Amino acid sequence: MSVLIYVELDNGSIKKTSLEAVAYGAKVAEKTSGQAVALALGKAENTELEKAGRYGAAKVLHAADAKLEHENSLAYADALVQAAAQEGSKIIILPKSGLGDAMAARAAAKLKAGIVSGVTALPETDGGFKVTRSIFTGKAFATTEIKSDVKVLVVRKNAVEIDEAGLTGGNAAVEAFQPALRDSDFTASVVSVEKADSELSLTEAEIIVSGGRGMKGPEHWQPLIDLAKALGAATGCSKPVSDLDWRPHHEHIGQTGIKVAPNLYIACGISGAIQHLAGVNGSKCIVVINKDPEAPFFKAADYGIVGDVFDVLPKLTEAAKSLK
Amino acid sequence: MKILVCITNVPDTTAKISFTDNDTKLNKNGVQFIIGPYDDYALARGVELKEQNGGSLTVLHVGEADAEPQIRKALAIGADDAIRVNADPQDSYFVAAQIAHIASQNNYDLILMGRESIDYNSGVVHGLVGEMLGIPSYSPVMKLDLDGSNATITREIDGGKEILKAPLPLVLGCQEPIAEWKIPNMRGIMTARTKPLNVVEPVSVDDMTVPQTYQLPAPKGACKMIPASEAETLIKLLQTEAKVL
Ligand SMILES: Cc1cc2nc3c(=O)[nH]c(=O)nc-3n(C[C@H](O)[C@H](O)[C@H](O)COP(=O)(O)OP(=O)(O)OC[C@H]3O[C@@H](n4cnc5c(N)ncnc54)[C@H](O)[C@@H]3O)c2cc1C
Repeated sequence: MSVLIYVELDNGSIKKTSLEAVAYGAKVAEKTSGQAVALALGKAENTELEKAGRYGAAKVLHAADAKLEHENSLAYADALVQAAAQEGSKIIILPKSGLGDAMAARAAAKLKAGIVSGVTALPETDGGFKVTRSIFTGKAFATTEIKSDVKVLVVRKNAVEIDEAGLTGGNAAVEAFQPALRDSDFTASVVSVEKADSELSLTEAEIIVSGGRGMKGPEHWQPLIDLAKALGAATGCSKPVSDLDWRPHHEHIGQTGIKVAPNLYIACGISGAIQHLAGVNGSKCIVVINKDPEAPFFKAADYGIVGDVFDVLPKLTEAAKSLK
Repeated sequence: MKILVCITNVPDTTAKISFTDNDTKLNKNGVQFIIGPYDDYALARGVELKEQNGGSLTVLHVGEADAEPQIRKALAIGADDAIRVNADPQDSYFVAAQIAHIASQNNYDLILMGRESIDYNSGVVHGLVGEMLGIPSYSPVMKLDLDGSNATITREIDGGKEILKAPLPLVLGCQEPIAEWKIPNMRGIMTARTKPLNVVEPVSVDDMTVPQTYQLPAPKGACKMIPASEAETLIKLLQTEAKVL
């Protein structure tokens, strides 16, 4: 029996969260005495796809059909189900993202499979298949038993510890895969795609520097961007900041925005309202810079600086630059 | 135009979460329940589209009777009628199967809901419903306009957005800024009292997943404060102590 893992491509490269999903899938395969098979859809070089082997995939199925080049959750879900049938996979794993959830949902309905999204740790497999996931936007966890024969898991970032240096896998074999595509999955036409290119995506980023209303206005963002650059970080913001159009909507973090789980989250002039915390409580380390010592964010922080962001940020940027 | 808006009944975003019965049940004591914030966006856009295009808007909730104040609120905001599937749902698959069952009898042009519920955060119900009905589903939708039997959808993608044109019927998971949340007015509240709220029994669905226990995260340790005058020392600490740089 095999474990099938969907890996998401970004301009021909496997996303980091997808490599984590492969590592997760390989561990599940070990527990269930199966092998891990990855599925990639869209254009990519074999030399890139082989990398999934390092994270434990025995092989990678690759569908390079031009129709799959543009993200299409309907067709992708169809391809996923066909790959699962070919490989006899009873466990299907996807990385948590808008696309991952959409594909997982459609595949689960096709397969009459139990689906659990937001998984935070490896499953328990003694006496039933049990997984733990994040609920109430990070305020709690639930352990759930999946009863169905086929199981679909959508896993969060950091669901499994990866020791990059200790990875033992070699290159995976890449196998061409040709799913049958259905016209009904292509009824929508893509009018336009806008992507901030070269920008690091928030869900993939290991470090995020984020700004709130305390940044005072879009024209004052440069010190924050400078720190982000010096740290190789992505930039985020609070909801009022994107509501006011100081920053683009896709940077909005929190309960009603993007949920992030970086190693390091640096909050600049953000008060730490519960709805904002809900989007960042998966972070490993939180730094808060706020001029108000009573700001609620300090209660959720690992390190805090009470001070003016416009004094503190340049100092941090200087120190970060001299790191390298 | 026939629109269905599916709403969840969830703890308010500021609610303190705890569990009872040996950590097998949410402690609802003192918790205020609201229409899911994302569902509230879907509802607001649904009402606007109905006003522009004519037709009807039905609001659907799969859950127990304690959700009725929230269902009435949706009626006050502008839904014409409501359906409550009387069940204590245990997972997304069950909820989706109920929605798909109701939808299969009613030929809705648009089925709107939030991109995810804020209690279980799965974000999979729209996809499940779409597949169960054999129609496309898209999420998260930030902008939705109708032009006859076609919808123009702006969808958030990783690091940006895409615009799609797709024929109805569709299932859409919504988020801001698709519309502004609507607050019911007095007239809405009065008329909502007499709008139909039909309670139906669920169709049976195999148990796909069964919740076992709930846990709270480990409490956070104390925050280490660094004087602003020595801000630069933070970077060293992040590198050597927290080991995140
Ligand atoms: C249903 C619902 C959902 C929501 N979802 C989200 C969400 O997803 N994400 C989100 O972020 N919010 C969300 N909110 C809003 C949330 O409640 C807060 O209003 C918001 O997070 C506050 O943003 P802020 O911290 O940037 O602004 P403020 O609360 O105004 O805080 C600004 C902070 O900056 C500090 N400051 C000011 N000047 C300086 C300076 N010079 N140097 C240092 N510090 C300074 C102040 O002390 C203050 O703490 C939601 C609200 C609701 C009701």
